[in-house]
Amino acid sequence: MTVTAAADTALLAAARRIADEIAAPNAEEVDREARFPAEAIAALREEAALSALVPDDLGGAGASLEAVAGACFELGRRCAATGMVFAMHQIQVACMVDHRGDGAPWFDDYLRELVAEQLLIASITSEVGTGGDMGKSIAAVSTPDADGAASFEKQAPTVSYGPHADAFLTTVRRGPDAEPGDQVAVLTRREQMEMESQGTWDPLGMRGTCSPGFVAKAEFATEQVLPVPFATISAETMTPVSHILWSHVWLGIATDAFDRARAFVKAAAKRKPGEPLPAATRLSELMSELSLLRAEVGLALREYCDLHAGDRARLAEMATILRFNNLKIAASEQAPKVCQEALGVCGIVGYKNDTPFSVGRHLRDAMSARLMVANERIHATDASLLLIAKEV
Amino acid sequence: MREQIRQVIREHGHLAVDIDGLADAADLYQAGMTSHASVNVMIALEDTFDVEFLDSMLKRSVFESVDSIAQALTEVGVPA
Ligand SMILES: Cc1cc2nc3c(=O)[nH]c(=O)nc-3n(C[C@H](O)[C@H](O)[C@H](O)COP(=O)(O)OP(=O)(O)OC[C@H]3O[C@@H](n4cnc5c(N)ncnc54)[C@H](O)[C@@H]3O)c2cc1C
Repeated sequence: MTVTAAADTALLAAARRIADEIAAPNAEEVDREARFPAEAIAALREEAALSALVPDDLGGAGASLEAVAGACFELGRRCAATGMVFAMHQIQVACMVDHRGDGAPWFDDYLRELVAEQLLIASITSEVGTGGDMGKSIAAVSTPDADGAASFEKQAPTVSYGPHADAFLTTVRRGPDAEPGDQVAVLTRREQMEMESQGTWDPLGMRGTCSPGFVAKAEFATEQVLPVPFATISAETMTPVSHILWSHVWLGIATDAFDRARAFVKAAAKRKPGEPLPAATRLSELMSELSLLRAEVGLALREYCDLHAGDRARLAEMATILRFNNLKIAASEQAPKVCQEALGVCGIVGYKNDTPFSVGRHLRDAMSARLMVANERIHATDASLLLIAKEV
Repeated sequence: MREQIRQVIREHGHLAVDIDGLADAADLYQAGMTSHASVNVMIALEDTFDVEFLDSMLKRSVFESVDSIAQALTEVGVPA
């Protein structure tokens, strides 16, 4: 087996085990109490899963994005919050791996440290005042002093696992005079930051992601700024990889909702063998809705991996941007639809929160999908790109 | 050709500064051109020069400066 194949097998086996044995039994409590899924993340750390995407020459597992996406699916199936925390962390790692630049020792050293310490990285892209428009920032990197030390202060409306992260990848304007779209991404350690909590986290779903607002202040060295413009990081890695890993978590949620509906129909069939079962027909309809979601999510993953391994320049093209935006919109609409239809199959026992067929948590968790970068914003971007792109 | 490119950017680029003060190699995004404005620049360039860009050219880096735009136009057959 190649290094990647062995790493992939190990990662998937670990994710399945942790999903079933640790994430699943805690999922209800994580949701009810809106608490961080600490035991599942600790187990992922023990398996060195937080450095799965770090290349093997830096000490990481060198696993593929396919395996990481598979792990997001498995975790999301048992506890959506665990899956989402894992997904968001891997997105930050992917950005650093892809864009650390040649001969930028700070990021190479940091990734080695991430492997050794299994550091958890959060994301600060949204900002109060720009909303979900990741392509603009208000906060800026200060003019560095003679020693190359700089700072920023950013009003962050939502920082998932902000209280639990070891480091943060933050978007800011390149400098005090830079335009809003002239952004860079900075990786800062918790010790370099002052995180002033703003408000509480008592949301509809994805409660275990623990994502309150913060005023984030950081002091750092200029080597901690990724050496390419954020626009490039976003187009080639952050946006497509986010859409791929998020949609695998959403597919996991929808798959478990389907599984519960299926268990409900089987139980009903056993009680009254041979009698007509209207729910069985609805289950069949539900399966075809789930298969559409699965097809889009799986195809997008393969397309991205092919482009990433082959003609990486094409990742920046408009047609490619449209393609991975489509994934996000389609998956974020289809996943809650599957959960809602599963509720239709299970009826009242699905609506109750304390039966083996409950799908309320699934529905609430899946409803976050359309907000994680508002679909309306993505449609607005796509509408503009469609005016000029040729083959889409 | 560069003067016509500059005219298109002046009308559609929504720069934060006057294009006359920018060199041909200057980064238009750093000068405040948004992604949305860049799409309008692309459409206006196709119209002005009566050409169509290839999909492989429709990316941020190709519309980054007057120079890079001029190169793309040359590639689709506009005489320099
Ligand atoms: C579970 C969860 C976890 C998250 N974790 C993080 C995190 O860790 N880090 C992080 O940075 N962010 C995170 N976010 C994202 C962040 O919360 C939001 O994207 C951000 O706060 C923007 O808020 P908004 O929804 O008000 O968005 P906006 O994008 O401002 O949208 C507000 C409303 O206006 C509409 N709208 C706005 N602009 C347009 C437009 N141009 N065209 C059409 N309609 C428009 C939208 O449709 C929406 O209805 C998370 C979100 C969720 C749900």
